[in-house]
Amino acid sequence: MGTSEERFQAIVDAESKIEPTDWMPEGYRKTLVRQIAQHAHSEIIGMQPEGNWIGRAPTLHRKAILMAKVQDEAGHGLYLYSAAETLGVKRDDLQELLHQGKHKYSSIFNYPTLSWADMGAIGWLVDGAAITNQVMLTRCSYGPYARAMVRICKEESFHQRQGYEILIRLSNGTPEQKAMAQDALDRWWWPSLMMFGPNDSDSTHSEQSILWKIKRVSNDDLRQQFVDMTVPQAGFLGLEIPDPELRWNEERGHYDFGEIDWGEFWRVVRGDGPMNRERIEHKTRAWEEGAWVREAATAHAAKRARRAA
Amino acid sequence: MTYDVPVAPGEKAELEEAIEGAIDGWPMWEVFVRARRGISHVHIGSLHAPDARTALENARDVYTRRGEGVSVWVVPSSEISAFEPEAAAEYVEANEKVYRLATTYDIPDEVGQM
Repeated sequence: MGTSEERFQAIVDAESKIEPTDWMPEGYRKTLVRQIAQHAHSEIIGMQPEGNWIGRAPTLHRKAILMAKVQDEAGHGLYLYSAAETLGVKRDDLQELLHQGKHKYSSIFNYPTLSWADMGAIGWLVDGAAITNQVMLTRCSYGPYARAMVRICKEESFHQRQGYEILIRLSNGTPEQKAMAQDALDRWWWPSLMMFGPNDSDSTHSEQSILWKIKRVSNDDLRQQFVDMTVPQAGFLGLEIPDPELRWNEERGHYDFGEIDWGEFWRVVRGDGPMNRERIEHKTRAWEEGAWVREAATAHAAKRARRAA
Repeated sequence: MTYDVPVAPGEKAELEEAIEGAIDGWPMWEVFVRARRGISHVHIGSLHAPDARTALENARDVYTRRGEGVSVWVVPSSEISAFEPEAAAEYVEANEKVYRLATTYDIPDEVGQM
């Protein structure tokens, strides 16, 4: 049967899944803990940009949709913490590491939501980019992560469609509404492309992750897939993508597009984005202000257990 | 890619560390959902809650927001017993007894469906 490592790689190569009690290389486990924790944190922090507009949604219907979407993000975070725990880490530790600024989350949530049209752009572009990435992750070699992705992908489709519908309405509205939609696209386009990470030539851990089938498609290939899918959708809205170098390349069968501002990319990763500090402050405050709820629930459970005894 | 935030030049990758003094939160519960009548409950994930009733309410909100189930079970994770992974070899041996499989018997075509 060979060594543990050979058996592990054979399971991965055969497109079978690694499950929590299986032997796995320490590097594989560490890579997954880091990635699943970042993913979970991203879902939780991702509630804030949209939560910002719940109280100002233009209609009761839109408000109900937005609340359902933000609740989904909370649910996605919980599915993912649950997957991370199968690797032997504690949920409370992960959360504490996030509060202390020792764990990162997707940089996209460090941009502010300035208008209602941003709710449309986030659903269409940010969730669209997330779907591109997460569909790949449904085939990830680690069973609990892949299964969480399947559930998440089903729900993300609602997120993307409701966002695009918001932009259809605005694009066909008054000139001011259309301008608001264009402004949102202008601000969210490049950060959305940054969601796919550094170029393949600068991506340090990719090769090993692809060998382990944690990651199945390279950053640049996913980004290209996203651009090809999104450009015609912008056309349907009658909006212009803010990239003068964007054009169809007949020979490649793909859109060519301009260079990402990598200086900005690394600045936000390092913590100097427009909203990095506010996001963590808000998250930490919510956790502290919720302490009495957790204490009350614990006390109530203890009282009921005493009475039942 | 989206949720694999790269390590910035000059920075170190996040550490996985146990936090001193971090609360050892509520116990973990495994969640099982029956998708519809006629099929079994299937494991869908886990969550933390102080007691069974809260665990059930949380399971409903976390795992069945779109009518994914008609029934939910929660079980304390600590109450689940399983074989050690090394015991997997016994399953391999079980597979060697192919005479247990219906398809290993030759029945002439003229006998028809059996």
